[in-house]
Amino acid sequence: MADRLVISSENEAFLAKIAALSGETITLCDQCGTCSGSCPMVAEMDVTPSQMMRLVQLGQSSEALDSKTMWLCASCFACTVRCPRGLDVSKVAEALRQVTLRKAIDRIDVRAIPADELAELPQIALVSALRKLTG
Amino acid sequence: MRIGVYVCHCGGNISEVVDVKKVATIAGEQADVVIARDYDHMCSDLGQKLILDDVKEQQLDRVVVAACSPQFQGRTFMNTLKAAGLSPYVLEMANIREQCAWPHADVPAQATDKAADLTAMAIAKARFDEPLDERVMRVGKRVLVVGGGIAGIQAALDLGDSGFDVYLVERGPSIGGKMAQLSRTFPTEDCSACILSPKMADVPANPNIRLLTYSEVESITGCLGNFEVTIVKKPRYVDAGACVACGLCEEKCPVTVPDDFEAGLTTRKAIYVPFGFSVPHKNLIDDSVCLRLTRGGNVCGLCQQACPYGAIDFDQRAETETFTVDTIIVATGYEIFDASEKKVYGYGRFENVVTALEMERMVVHAAEGNPIRPVSGRIAFIQCVGSRDEQVGNEYCSRVCCMYASKLSQLLKRSDPSRDVYVFYTDLRAYGKGFEEYYKRAQSTGVKFVRGRVAELQEDPSTKKVILKAEDTLTRQIIESEFDLVVLSVGMRPSEGTERIADILKLAKSPDGFLQEAHPKFRPVDTLTEGVFLAGTVQGPKDIPDTVAQASAASARAMRLMNQGEYVLDPIVAFIHEDMCDGCGLCIAACPAGAISPTAGVPEIGEAECKGCGSCLSSCPKDALDLRCYTNEQMLAEIESALEAGGEAGATVLVFADDMATYRLADNVGRGKLPYSAATRVIRVPSGSRVTPKLMLRAFELGAGGVLIGESEEKSSPFSGSAAAIRRNVEVVRSILESEGIEGDRVRYVEFVTVMLAKFVGEVNSLCEFAQRSGPISREKRVRLGENVDERLFTAQR
Repeated sequence: MADRLVISSENEAFLAKIAALSGETITLCDQCGTCSGSCPMVAEMDVTPSQMMRLVQLGQSSEALDSKTMWLCASCFACTVRCPRGLDVSKVAEALRQVTLRKAIDRIDVRAIPADELAELPQIALVSALRKLTG
Repeated sequence: MRIGVYVCHCGGNISEVVDVKKVATIAGEQADVVIARDYDHMCSDLGQKLILDDVKEQQLDRVVVAACSPQFQGRTFMNTLKAAGLSPYVLEMANIREQCAWPHADVPAQATDKAADLTAMAIAKARFDEPLDERVMRVGKRVLVVGGGIAGIQAALDLGDSGFDVYLVERGPSIGGKMAQLSRTFPTEDCSACILSPKMADVPANPNIRLLTYSEVESITGCLGNFEVTIVKKPRYVDAGACVACGLCEEKCPVTVPDDFEAGLTTRKAIYVPFGFSVPHKNLIDDSVCLRLTRGGNVCGLCQQACPYGAIDFDQRAETETFTVDTIIVATGYEIFDASEKKVYGYGRFENVVTALEMERMVVHAAEGNPIRPVSGRIAFIQCVGSRDEQVGNEYCSRVCCMYASKLSQLLKRSDPSRDVYVFYTDLRAYGKGFEEYYKRAQSTGVKFVRGRVAELQEDPSTKKVILKAEDTLTRQIIESEFDLVVLSVGMRPSEGTERIADILKLAKSPDGFLQEAHPKFRPVDTLTEGVFLAGTVQGPKDIPDTVAQASAASARAMRLMNQGEYVLDPIVAFIHEDMCDGCGLCIAACPAGAISPTAGVPEIGEAECKGCGSCLSSCPKDALDLRCYTNEQMLAEIESALEAGGEAGATVLVFADDMATYRLADNVGRGKLPYSAATRVIRVPSGSRVTPKLMLRAFELGAGGVLIGESEEKSSPFSGSAAAIRRNVEVVRSILESEGIEGDRVRYVEFVTVMLAKFVGEVNSLCEFAQRSGPISREKRVRLGENVDERLFTAQR
């Protein structure tokens, strides 16, 4: 059986939160799909950028936050320069990242990494890991 | 001065709330009033007869009717005055029904006081009424139609058939416009050329139409009934009388260039006939490429030698012609969006990417058994190219692309079912008669509609096939697929001719760049310039049936004016008291309509151009500018009268209501029987921008508790620039009030539309409460407000 889509006032609150964080009028998205067709990372994504926008529009917070899409966004702005409605889709991805980061859940503990491994790690990998996986 | 006052019962509508006898008695005690009556129905024949008889017997020279809204019966009483031999402009009405008895029905004593006040205000204004003559303009039966596409053709034929003298001016060498280039028309699939060519042929055959092709409007001056038009006829270098379009010249001509009519897909010669069914069907020489005309001397000349009729004339020069018309219909059409602006689609760089207009020509040629290029395999249409796309600056929908793509795609599929035809769209809009059925027919033919806007195209450098990338937004999967041919469904944009005529006639544009109609609902083909009308895509994207309907509507509107034979000009225009003007010229820049022009001395106001908003008035440091029917003297008299009784209490709030929105809104609030504070006195003005800071300050000096300026919402206002003028004026007054320690919030500017009943009540009550709460302004402060007003205003305004 197909899943039932719940639309309630809680969903509205999630939309309002992402809209406030991103500064974008997310309801303007008319789901044309230009962003998805333009995205260089879309093949790796479980949810396409336009689908991410849709999930936020309908306030589907867990689906939006559980997806990998915003973490795969490289902020290349291909979507942003092509969006026919003038939306900055990458800002919406950034807002979703912030929501997760603000939960302050550390998925890696830097102190637990042995010193020799730490010395071997490329600095950029470490910065990315800290940026994306710690609060 | 002899004023007659008539207080109407309105069959109880007024008299059940207001003590009309008392109102009439109070009015009768006013200076200059020689007679004051009350009567059951003033608008009835008997009521009007009272006025007619009194004018004669009492030698009245001003008439005040206290009754319903002047918007409702003003015209009736103006006609009564005319019948009585008076100027219709010596009438004043006190609106004691919509703006008194109805909204204040629950406070009858206050309603009676207010009705007496409103009547006194009307009497005060009437004292300064000028017995103006109606300015009547003769309107003849000559009309200019600019643009010879289907809109211009339809308008010209309607007018010509109805006996009007039509000048049809077309900048290109033939009439027919874009419709002549189309294959078939949706949704009926009529052959475009077949239905258009008889209409085109009707134009030169109509004795009332003078067709001027290859001609451009250079200038237009004057106004309704007297537009002076100058056109330039470009040289064709071929004597149209002698040419029979035999084609011998074309055979000899050595110059080959892309053929515009064929969207550049085929070529023509420098000497050419515009197209197979062009009107006129005559040769002409393109002087931008002809060897003789570009190089001079005796170069080439092969066409001249070939012509058996001696029709070639290299010495032809552009000619100017001037004529006068009474009305103008602008039908300058559209141009297709330049697809090369949308760089991701590679138009102009990729061999197999074409526009839909090119596809129209390809379909025509294929149907004639003479295909321009092979169309086979996989074909994709991309929708919304240049429409609904902020990246190219076009927010609007072009309205025709969904249907012409449905048409072209199914024509291709039906004529060769082996073709794979896809249409990539964002939203499919099939809103017109027969459209949904036609879309369905395309689907049943096997055309596949994919919901997703194409992100980009790439060309395979070896095969030249086009790789298309898009998301199918319904399955959320990315399509990356190769096509043999991609068709760009390009939208519409205003034509170059539209830009030019807008400059020449000073016509307003809507944000989309197309020309703006006077009212989006009730005056859809009028412009704000009296006597100038719009037809077709000049006003916005539309299909052929809508264009034709609009062209017929525009000609009917033009006929309406021309059939009347005369036109009564609105007397409300700005004028200058020459003795007070020092020629500083500040008013010139202040006029939003550009109606004021500099001279050596007193600036000149173009009465035809002046829209009568009054925005200019506050720019004059000498009070030399004034507005007819709403003069400074009249406004002051009304304000003084309104505050005579309640001034000391400081509770009276003056609402200056623009005629277009706020005044009608106040009437509507009354009709809705919605109560609001009876401390308000509504004063009618053409626009809130007429209320100068000086008038507002005078109101406070006399004890007004608050002043509200009500104006039409900027986007629906008949006056451009009035909102900015009001904001400036209100700011000036606020700063002066505050410098005297008076609450700046006592003066407010609010925009309304006529249906915002609750907003009107809310805003008016809020200001009345504010005035009440703040208490009256002290006498000392008010006295100081009246001192050195001119100097303070001058400083505050700079």
